[in-house]
Amino acid sequence: MAELSYRDAVSRGIAQEMRRDPNLVFLGEDVAAAGGVFKTTVGLLDEFGPIRVRDTPISEQAILGAAAGAAMTGVPVIAEIMFSDFLAVCFDLVANEIAKLRYMTDGQVSLPIVIRTANGAGSRFGAQHSQSVENWCMMIPGLKVVAPSTPEDVIGLMAASVRDPDPVVFFEHKSLMATKATIPDGEIVDELGKARTLRAGTDITIVALALMVPRAMAAADRLAEQGISAEVIDLRTLVPLDTRTILHSVERTGRLATVEENPRLCGWGAEIASLVAHEAFWNLDAPIVRITTPHIPLPAANNLEDATIPSVDKIVDTIVSEWA
Amino acid sequence: MPMSIEADQGLYDYSTRPQRTPTPEGDPGLSLSDDTRLGLYTRLQELRQLEKRAYDLFMQNLVKGTSHLSLGMEAVAAGFGQAMRADDYAFATYRGHAHALSKGASMDGVLAELLGRQNGLMGGKGGSMHLSDAARGMMGSYAIIGAHLTLANGTAWSAQLRDSGQVTVCFFGDGTTNIGAFHEALNFAAVWDLPVVFVCENNLYMEYTPIDLITSVDHPAADRASAYGLERIVIDGNDVDRVYDTALRVLEKARSGGGPSLVEALTYRSGGHSRADPGKYRPAEEVKAWADYDPIIVYHQRLLARGFGEETLTEINNKVADQVNQATEAAKAGAEPELESIFTELWADGGSTWRN
Repeated sequence: MAELSYRDAVSRGIAQEMRRDPNLVFLGEDVAAAGGVFKTTVGLLDEFGPIRVRDTPISEQAILGAAAGAAMTGVPVIAEIMFSDFLAVCFDLVANEIAKLRYMTDGQVSLPIVIRTANGAGSRFGAQHSQSVENWCMMIPGLKVVAPSTPEDVIGLMAASVRDPDPVVFFEHKSLMATKATIPDGEIVDELGKARTLRAGTDITIVALALMVPRAMAAADRLAEQGISAEVIDLRTLVPLDTRTILHSVERTGRLATVEENPRLCGWGAEIASLVAHEAFWNLDAPIVRITTPHIPLPAANNLEDATIPSVDKIVDTIVSEWA
Repeated sequence: MPMSIEADQGLYDYSTRPQRTPTPEGDPGLSLSDDTRLGLYTRLQELRQLEKRAYDLFMQNLVKGTSHLSLGMEAVAAGFGQAMRADDYAFATYRGHAHALSKGASMDGVLAELLGRQNGLMGGKGGSMHLSDAARGMMGSYAIIGAHLTLANGTAWSAQLRDSGQVTVCFFGDGTTNIGAFHEALNFAAVWDLPVVFVCENNLYMEYTPIDLITSVDHPAADRASAYGLERIVIDGNDVDRVYDTALRVLEKARSGGGPSLVEALTYRSGGHSRADPGKYRPAEEVKAWADYDPIIVYHQRLLARGFGEETLTEINNKVADQVNQATEAAKAGAEPELESIFTELWADGGSTWRN
């Protein structure tokens, strides 16, 4: 057992898989000698050498193209896109190539790729380095989408993503980097497509992802003080989506709230709200509540950013104000 | 000074612009075996006759969607295809029928895919613009300009990691040289010393627009080579001997650890950009000059001059015609894809499930 930060869990997760599979390679901007701009890849160059851990130019299309081409020939690849906002400059590779190649070729090629990227707000970086863009990837057929909220999940889901033969976009949350947890020794391997119920409750199901998970947990504590028993589900992966865990929970609680860092329109919670409204409609006792970042770009100033992304207060206030 | 309306009209009156006609240099006098020469001739015939058949099938409304033909440009794919190793990798654009064939894809697999049949290369899921045969190293045809240059780096990186000696050849058009991915890919290949050959088929037109009108340099690929520390290579892309000879040289360079090359092959589309385009914007004299310098005419005459018999070449033509006819029948005889296949092969488990 050892205490480990979310940041250090990233390098431990990658190292675990690179030790297991000598063919696994890793590329990205500043990932090797510099150890990553978030220091999430420190030590990998020393352990695995410059052939397997390789710095690239600032060329996101070239990074993902190299990853995809290598993967098509059976070489598993982890590729880092430094900030998830930069997925926009290589979205052709993400949406048109990597996601579609297997289907277009009727299964002639597999694409064992993990695209790791730093996602989310809280660092006062402004509109182009702070977005939560997991919903961009969720909407593209052919991509699996993962967003861990704890150090242990970072390792376990990283292992599951690397071992998955399909392309996975792996969102690491910038504001969770410093969070710590006690982690078991030895290999940690998890499974994609499994949500986790972190707190049992009877009155409302709160579904959250990444940074919104600890906030939902804190909100659940506060709601308990007001006599509302909230069940909190950490989705962990958007694709595959663990609808059973959500539906079974709502069947018991009769209420659903989603807590999303992405902006309002077409956020992942909208899909879940749609599913629950259709498949658990007769179990619902109240309208579904979506708590999201408003539909605006992110501002930079401390108070503006804090007031923009869902806070514990905002979660509690919204749920209480909707309570009937 | 602002451009006058008159000058603007002049700019877009392509017929008054300097025409670019071929500059034949004749037989390069390579020491090639008879088998090699006949192999090149046969490949040219295969690409030409199959492409003509594809055109005919479109005209008969048997092929839907669109088509981008390589008629007139076959010497590039043929020359490189004959020079490549069977386990080398190739990438092509949506104008990729010839490249798929030259990398070993079957004629009936190509035609059946165009017809949307189950026996097509990709079971009807890809269509004309996405021909792939990964088992033969044909790593796909791509309909987003520029993307496949970055993918070609990836298969080259894989070969480098495995020390396999495989080279990746990536074909693209002149228009591609003005998109960002081209420049990202070239720099990346150069700094990683990747065994990859980028082949620009400069047919002088970016879709409907003369390439020189919208490019800052005369040779859209070759004049950019120095920016990436690469040799400036411009070749006659209608002379299959010269293409083959260049291909051997740059393939060997890549195979022996010498890194990437960028080749600009000058050629010309016999027809328009796609099925929808009759290509009327091109001056008649220019079209005529290139038609007279058709790669098959050039090579046919060269082989006769070198003492090959007309009957030998006719025999090849007829044999290829039989193959194309058989492939056409096999393609037409194919069933339509099963509707269930809509939901297969999104994921490696064979399915497309996204939820439990």
